[in-house]
Amino acid sequence: MNLTLHVWRQQGPHEPGGMVQYQARDIFPDMSFLEMLDVVNQGLTEKGEEPIAFDSDCREGICGSCDLMINGLAHGPEDGVATCQTYMRNFKDGDAIYVEPWRSRAFPLVKDLVVDRSAFDRIIQAGGFVSTNTGGAQDGNCLPVAKPDAEKAMDAAECIGCGACVAACKNGSAVLFTGAKVSHLALLPQGDPERSRRVRRMVEQMDAEGFGNCTNYYECEAACPKEISVEFIAKMNREYLAAVVSGKGE
Amino acid sequence: MNSLLWPVRSTLASKYVMAVTGAGLMGFVIVHMLGNLQIFLGRQALNDYAHHLEEVPTLLWIARAGLLTIFIVHIVFGLRLWTLSRRARPVRYVYEDTVQASWASRHMLLTGLVILAFVIYHLLHFTFGLTDPKDYKYALDRYAVPMDPALHPELDVAEMVVRGFEKPLVSIAYVVAMIVLGLHLWHGAGSWLQSLGLKNKRTMLLIDGLGAAVAVLIVIGNCAIPLAILAGWRPS
Repeated sequence: MNLTLHVWRQQGPHEPGGMVQYQARDIFPDMSFLEMLDVVNQGLTEKGEEPIAFDSDCREGICGSCDLMINGLAHGPEDGVATCQTYMRNFKDGDAIYVEPWRSRAFPLVKDLVVDRSAFDRIIQAGGFVSTNTGGAQDGNCLPVAKPDAEKAMDAAECIGCGACVAACKNGSAVLFTGAKVSHLALLPQGDPERSRRVRRMVEQMDAEGFGNCTNYYECEAACPKEISVEFIAKMNREYLAAVVSGKGE
Repeated sequence: MNSLLWPVRSTLASKYVMAVTGAGLMGFVIVHMLGNLQIFLGRQALNDYAHHLEEVPTLLWIARAGLLTIFIVHIVFGLRLWTLSRRARPVRYVYEDTVQASWASRHMLLTGLVILAFVIYHLLHFTFGLTDPKDYKYALDRYAVPMDPALHPELDVAEMVVRGFEKPLVSIAYVVAMIVLGLHLWHGAGSWLQSLGLKNKRTMLLIDGLGAAVAVLIVIGNCAIPLAILAGWRPS
């Protein structure tokens, strides 16, 4: 199949950028979107042009690096997958495809389609951890976890921190990411002692990074490659309110 | 964090403020509608209701001041959160698409501003009588209760409503405003519970459904009065 690509090209964070048109020729429908871009880049390299910069790592949907806005949809048209697992069979021969980087003040652009998502790391550093004593590992059976809680915690822990929630949100809000991280630990006994301090710090860091606020659009949920539910946003809202009202975790 | 500034500084706390004030305003809209629907019980029912509301002016003005405060806080916080969100995305996408965000949820600011404009007009129309002074309740003959002529005649609020809605342009403006209010509530009537963290996976669909139902009922209830009067119906 042959496609027309409109790709955002920008030399650096402070350079002007714009959409540039490329032709992607002889693309197999079973190629992933990233493999299609590899083919385009190969052609650009052979012509002596600079290849399109984009992030990728595992290419199996678990690292969260491949962050592309494809035709206005974070990770493209397929539900529940990252860009690396979005296949070209989702498009038709002759389609025009717009490829843009995540747009958020908190994710400054590095080059072309690459953005800096360190803001997420700083939110995790603010409270997305549990403190444990060093020494011999505790017997796992000492901390019984109810199955529904364990499953829910794992649902939240599926978040790979790709930033699609921020990219898809019309407000550029990071509440689905933060909510998933807060909920994942708050649901487990290991995370319970620090839950109030954690939610306070993570929410304050989220605000400090310049993310937008949540207006309950739920576009984040639709864009999430791991299909994290917006119920975790509600849980974070509940946790934060409880922490502040109780005065815990200051 | 300074507790006084907390609702302003924290976006989550600002959302709590939006949720609580929004719920308060929705509660007022429901009570206001139920009060007004008494016109269908007859002229006297509405006039009595209006009379009772104004019986203790101090209480009335305290209630009005409280309502105005909630309204202003809702608007100010809404505008501030909207500004923060615009700042959060300084460069827009060239190609934009939407998967599941409803039109109502994406246009809360627009519908909110239309409602603000309507509320100002509504107050000038029925509360202060500035848009149609000759049809204002104080300019009309008093309503003498037919069953008990000894009672002091009341202001004829029902007649004011009838004269107001006899004008097609006024009625249409009210109906359009109520549809816009319905769109605002289509999202807001359930959304405030999410902001306060009171939703979960099991209750989410139910709450959103109930919110939408409340919005539809408010539109139907509030539009019924101008549409009925425009169609020629008059309270007995």
